[in-house]
Amino acid sequence: MHYPIGLLFDLLASSSALPWNITVHFKSFPEKDLLHCPSKDAIEAHFMSCMKEADALKHKSQVINEMQKKDHKQLWMGLQNDRFDQFWAINRKLMEYPAEENGFRYIPFRIYQTTTERPFIQKLFRPVAADGQLHTLGDLLKEVCPSAVAPEDGEKKNQVMIHGIEPMLETPLQWLSEHLSYPDNFLHISIIPQPTD
Amino acid sequence: MAEEPQCVFQLPPSSTAGGEGLTEVSPEITTPEPPSSAAVSPGTEEPAGDTKKKIDILLKAVGDTPIMKTKKWAVERTRTIQGLIDFIKKFLKLVASEQLFIYVNQSFAPSPDQEVGTLYECFGSDGKLVLHYCKSQAWG
Repeated sequence: MHYPIGLLFDLLASSSALPWNITVHFKSFPEKDLLHCPSKDAIEAHFMSCMKEADALKHKSQVINEMQKKDHKQLWMGLQNDRFDQFWAINRKLMEYPAEENGFRYIPFRIYQTTTERPFIQKLFRPVAADGQLHTLGDLLKEVCPSAVAPEDGEKKNQVMIHGIEPMLETPLQWLSEHLSYPDNFLHISIIPQPTD
Repeated sequence: MAEEPQCVFQLPPSSTAGGEGLTEVSPEITTPEPPSSAAVSPGTEEPAGDTKKKIDILLKAVGDTPIMKTKKWAVERTRTIQGLIDFIKKFLKLVASEQLFIYVNQSFAPSPDQEVGTLYECFGSDGKLVLHYCKSQAWG
């Protein structure tokens, strides 16, 4: 799919052993479920659009718009060639926020569930509450996806996964956004059923 | 400067949920109803449930892309960007092979499988979502 592969693993295969064995099909392309990628340029355009959308949420697009074309190219080349330093030299700017604020304007996140038809949940959510407290991952889930969190005394039915780990629900969302975002600057959060074994 | 649309039109429902590829579009889309007979209410006849209620979108042409004489539409939240692209292409009588790009905030092109309801919640203002459409890439 056109989702990041780490997200696909969390969402669809997090209990399988690594390295992940994948099957590549060359026939019967599932037009209804997947986006065709006609060219490498289309992938680059898709990736840059995701970054722009993320910065629209984080900084009203100000940071990405102030960059030069070559900076955008460097983000893409850094990702494409797996050159972290090259990528991060530019991406660092997208992770900054004004000192007087305690975080981004809104946190770019998408919550995926295997149990629903909808592609993902994405809403406006601020990293800092009105009273100045930092919002946590748990706060976010309670607000936008309450079915994912178990009641205080209830049985845990779901796992909340990012990059193959279950971050503590007490983790501040701003910290997660700075440290566990994918290269497209979104936090891709998977809600999967708790394994029964 | 462009003429203001007086009323909100209902976008015909997608042929199936989620918006299909470019192949199948329900026949009524090819012949949009004249303004007089189209519903003029902004789609409030449905239950006020957050997911059920339709949203208003405003479609604006960029560059030399033809304008639509009806700019404001009420659409289901679950309609995808691809579904919208297919609709606009039919409306403008573009051939299937012509590309059409849709932009939010005159800045980014949402992925074709994104639902307009999600975009409305994150990027809508004044009760509507403004989308620009263009036959060529307008914003990087």
